[in-house]
Amino acid sequence: MSVNKLGKFAVIGLSAAFIVGCGSTASDTDSSTVTETEVESSTDSSSGADNGGNLSSVVVEESNNTDSTATKAMLDGVDHIFYFDFDKSTVRPESREALATHAKYLVANPSATVVLEGHADERGTREYNMALGERRAKAISRYLTIQGVAAAQIETVSFGEEKPANTAHTDTAWQENRRVEVRYE
Amino acid sequence: MKPYRFLSLLLLAILTANIAKAQLVIEITSGADQLLPLAIVPFNYGGEGALSEDIAKIIEDDLKRSGFFETIPRENMLSLPYRKEDVFFRDWRLLKSDYVVIGSVIDTDANNYEITFELLNVLAEKSVEKQTKIIVNKNDLRTGAHYVSDQVYQLLTGIRGAFNTRILYVTVDGDPQNPTYQLQVADADGHRPQVIAQSKEPILSPSWNSDGTSLTYVMFRNRRPGIFTQELATGKRQQLAQYPGLNGAPAWSPDGKKLAIVLSKDGNPELYVFDLETKKLTRLTNHYSIDTEPAWEPDGKGIIFTSDRGGNPQIYRIDVNDRVVERITFEGDSNTRARITPDGRYLVTVQKNAGNYHIALQDMNNGRVQILTQTYLDESPSIAPNGSMVIYATTHKGKGVLAVVSVDGLVKYRLPSTAGEVREPAWSPFFN
Repeated sequence: MSVNKLGKFAVIGLSAAFIVGCGSTASDTDSSTVTETEVESSTDSSSGADNGGNLSSVVVEESNNTDSTATKAMLDGVDHIFYFDFDKSTVRPESREALATHAKYLVANPSATVVLEGHADERGTREYNMALGERRAKAISRYLTIQGVAAAQIETVSFGEEKPANTAHTDTAWQENRRVEVRYE
Repeated sequence: MKPYRFLSLLLLAILTANIAKAQLVIEITSGADQLLPLAIVPFNYGGEGALSEDIAKIIEDDLKRSGFFETIPRENMLSLPYRKEDVFFRDWRLLKSDYVVIGSVIDTDANNYEITFELLNVLAEKSVEKQTKIIVNKNDLRTGAHYVSDQVYQLLTGIRGAFNTRILYVTVDGDPQNPTYQLQVADADGHRPQVIAQSKEPILSPSWNSDGTSLTYVMFRNRRPGIFTQELATGKRQQLAQYPGLNGAPAWSPDGKKLAIVLSKDGNPELYVFDLETKKLTRLTNHYSIDTEPAWEPDGKGIIFTSDRGGNPQIYRIDVNDRVVERITFEGDSNTRARITPDGRYLVTVQKNAGNYHIALQDMNNGRVQILTQTYLDESPSIAPNGSMVIYATTHKGKGVLAVVSVDGLVKYRLPSTAGEVREPAWSPFFN
């Protein structure tokens, strides 16, 4: 049977828990970011729906998978950067499809390892942002392990606000900086 | 006559690295209302040629920066005495100068100067304290000048001066996509910057040990964070054992024997105490939330830290012995990265209100909170060892700069860099 289906439900359950948990602490700044997010997710969601079927094709029990599609080439054109809302570490719905592809690759290649590098925007203090960046990397890590990736294949590292993708002091720059980068070593 | 006072010069004999020193410049942005007028007469030099530094100017800048004083412009001075017998007090009364500082410098040998100085009360027409003499290395005239500033400040305010202290900070310079990070140390007035660590990967969270001889900071290597300690005089650097995940926020205990650090090796960010002698690592906190940014209380009995265990990040205290945790901050949307004044009276935090981050001061006796700054994206507060000033990082005209605010909020100045971004300031302890 496909373990993945179970995983998918678990992920949705987890995400919902996060959203509920975080909603109570949302401030004015948060809500403006959320609006921005909604615009982004609506443009991305169409592609998400198209490839949604890929999720169910991840079969964990076949660890000796020699499927020719499970090579590194399958990650070409797939997102390696995943974005987050302000002060949040919830995996966005539009990230799921690309993450599922990463999970599929890692499951098919048990010797492959990945580093999840979490980042925060410049607001807030530096060491707290280190912790926040790690929380984001761990959220992605949980998403991958739920889909069958072995924990030993994943390392999470946080750069906090130290390595911004965009050094401007604007909402747009901050959105680009709240991210997790998936890096294969 | 007082015995000669010898300054400890060992501390200043650190690396002479001359790489891309980004000088800090002082811009005073506001001062207190009531300023004490005094005159710093140019110091006489009894040797040949001119001194490499204008001692009176350094003292004048120090005292003005404190926000307590205004100085009589040199061009208004009717005479430039350097001995008490040459001082005509009525001249200084005419200039409305309450006090006069006079002094002179002579060569004692090829390597050293002797600086003599005296603070005079114009109205009483007498010395505030007897003439003082100090010996300084010829390369170290600025230290001598700051020493004079400290003495004058203490005689007139009753508070120990902190001009002869230093600041650590991180600079980021070069291509924004591939910058160079430098850990630098400079005099408290921004002069004489020296690079003590440099990397193409991030450096953050620098802080001092309690006697100012060693530093600790976080530096990334191979894209992973590591905690380092470094001796200032020798540059000797050591890395603590590195763990998966976070390795951050090191803080030296007041007795110099331990470091409070943050690790996430057991699942999420927790406070640990690392004993530098026994190498024993002890976990302090145990909570699923973020616990980070530890700072020791002056007596070493408790550690204050940031935690979001209550929803939003606030400051908590943990007793080092019985591990009892109590919440300390309640005002504002959040409070993070706290520091305590040396007398334990005040807590300084980064407080968030309506999306803005400012430096806040909380009176530990009555809980009263005052917002000290109105600048943009304020963070990383660090308190002067005499408890009078807070240095912090802020953003000015889109660039990271350092700024200073007095604990009463009245005196403010900026220390922008001549190049690149400046951040993560850490004020040194007293050096003697």
